[in-house]
Amino acid sequence: MVSEILLEVRDLTKHFPVTKGLIFPKRIGAVMAVDGISFTINKGETFGLVGESGCGKTTTARLILLLEEITSGTLLFEGTDVSQMSKPAFERYRASVQAVFQDPYSSLSPRMKVGKIIAEPIVINDDLNPKEIRERVASLLDVVGLRKDAPVLYPHEFSGGQRQRIAIARALAPDPGLIILDEPVSALDVSIRAQIMNLLRDIQKKTHTTFLLIAHDLAVVKHMSNRIGVMYLGKLVEVAESEELCSHPVHPYTQALLSAALPSHPDIVRELIILPGDVPSPLNPPSGCRFHTRCFKPTAICSQQIPPLKEITSGHLVACHIN
Amino acid sequence: MISNDNILVVQDLKTYFYTSRGVVKAVDGVSFELKKGETLGLVGESGCGKSITCFSIIRLVPPPAGHIVGGKVLLHGEDLLIKSEKEMTRIRGSRITMILQDPMMSLNPLFTIGEQIAEPIRYHQKLGKLEVWEKVKEMLRLVHIPSPEVRMGEYPHQMSGGMRQRISGAMTLSCQPEILIADEPTTALDVTIQAQFLSLLKEIQQKVNLSMIVVTHDFGIVARICDRVAVMYAGKIVESAETRELFNNPAHPYTVALLNSLPKMEEKVDKLYSIEGQPPELHALPPGCSFAPRCPQVKEICLRDFPSQKEITLDHYASCWLHG
Repeated sequence: MVSEILLEVRDLTKHFPVTKGLIFPKRIGAVMAVDGISFTINKGETFGLVGESGCGKTTTARLILLLEEITSGTLLFEGTDVSQMSKPAFERYRASVQAVFQDPYSSLSPRMKVGKIIAEPIVINDDLNPKEIRERVASLLDVVGLRKDAPVLYPHEFSGGQRQRIAIARALAPDPGLIILDEPVSALDVSIRAQIMNLLRDIQKKTHTTFLLIAHDLAVVKHMSNRIGVMYLGKLVEVAESEELCSHPVHPYTQALLSAALPSHPDIVRELIILPGDVPSPLNPPSGCRFHTRCFKPTAICSQQIPPLKEITSGHLVACHIN
Repeated sequence: MISNDNILVVQDLKTYFYTSRGVVKAVDGVSFELKKGETLGLVGESGCGKSITCFSIIRLVPPPAGHIVGGKVLLHGEDLLIKSEKEMTRIRGSRITMILQDPMMSLNPLFTIGEQIAEPIRYHQKLGKLEVWEKVKEMLRLVHIPSPEVRMGEYPHQMSGGMRQRISGAMTLSCQPEILIADEPTTALDVTIQAQFLSLLKEIQQKVNLSMIVVTHDFGIVARICDRVAVMYAGKIVESAETRELFNNPAHPYTVALLNSLPKMEEKVDKLYSIEGQPPELHALPPGCSFAPRCPQVKEICLRDFPSQKEITLDHYASCWLHG
């Protein structure tokens, strides 16, 4: 399969200003939520982003969705810089990047009927008559496996798994190139998770939609993704093919994260790498490599220089001084 | 060190909720035993009754709708369900304690960490002022909180999520309980912090020879720390066995399906096994086996009668018509 780049993220940075004073706010610092990350997503693949809470993975997603203003850096969609796009091209970008969020109880408006929820992106982006819209909604419901009378019902009449199917149908409505899945199964029950994961993979096989998957459950990310990026405190520390990353993790943080993954059988005993302390504040991140304060094999250079993301084998990138 | 004597025996426990939509049988005839030093996992999906089982053991079923309508909870042979409320308050927090899911909710934001750990010690033990503070420090050290003297004077908001959960651990362990009930203790924590906390629980258990009931929806946690496991579905225990036995030879179709529906780190599968349909509504349970409508191996009898519990191999029980 020739991999064609769909989205390229270059040096993406987002700093949230922290201010003091109610009437004359003074900038006293910034939360460095995302700090110069670069990666590419190929057409038709699933790119997984893992990391612990506060590492910036959701902020990255919100930046790609243009829900937050980018502090610096560029987003290239099919080779075009998003910030330089003409108005029609920009509108096309918005239509072709969709999202499915974690909690299907808060991501669907309780006052709108399901048919209207799913049709909304079509109404905004396409010029279709009501009959065509109804047909499109019906075909989307069929894709996600919901019953035919769903358009006239309200979200509260559905269970959590079914609501997530509605959210997926809505994301698929404008025929997007990229769907951002932000923790799509973590709010669901165990028996429902497999249903949704299978559905997403089936959809990808049929429509060749590209997914950016954000999750904290390593087994879920590994199951769903072709490539995985690991984030720590606003930085991307390692990127590799998912099999490669899970079998040969290079960055100490990735190693610790994988060692902490829960076993699928009591006979599997992993040697747990316990990281000392807690994640430092992104308000005042450590100098040099951000992980050096908790790393189990730090060297002198780690606290002084920021390690660049370097390719160590084909397609395996690591930001660590040791390698 | 698991000894042979049962410390807690739950027999045919029934907890119902009387609601306007009908009687919700949240816990419907649950029986299990807990040995000294043993960790029992109670596994199931949301609404299967695993948490209500635990709240019933310490008699904190949410009023006014919830009532324990039958069964026995025997702690060293004494039935807790017939004890007076005064006797129960002496047992809760000292002999049986509980860690809840969200440490942000279970700690009081207005009191210092030290105050909160001292409270159960003062209530249950007759100790002098200085002894209480010594004990608090000792507990903080037990859960690996650095510089306990300083931390004692701080408030919950000054701690990270993992630390808060360790502090609720310190609180529950301060009176040397015999049984610790942990209700989804790591669901609110990050992956590496979760691993840390589970190791800590195991370490403390070995140090003080504690018996634990761990409520979870995650078979990974069961594999990591539980000796025995009971799988619950719609208010009933459908299968129970020693952990390794359950993973190797699951007997109930629900257990088989749950185990197969999890993505695994160790192997690559193209399609996950998925259980069709939804968990049943507890106020309108189907007759017969509650899992029958979703079961891939359903037989005619399953829709009519509920299967009684059968011993499949030594100490491995399942309630399913497939096994006689």
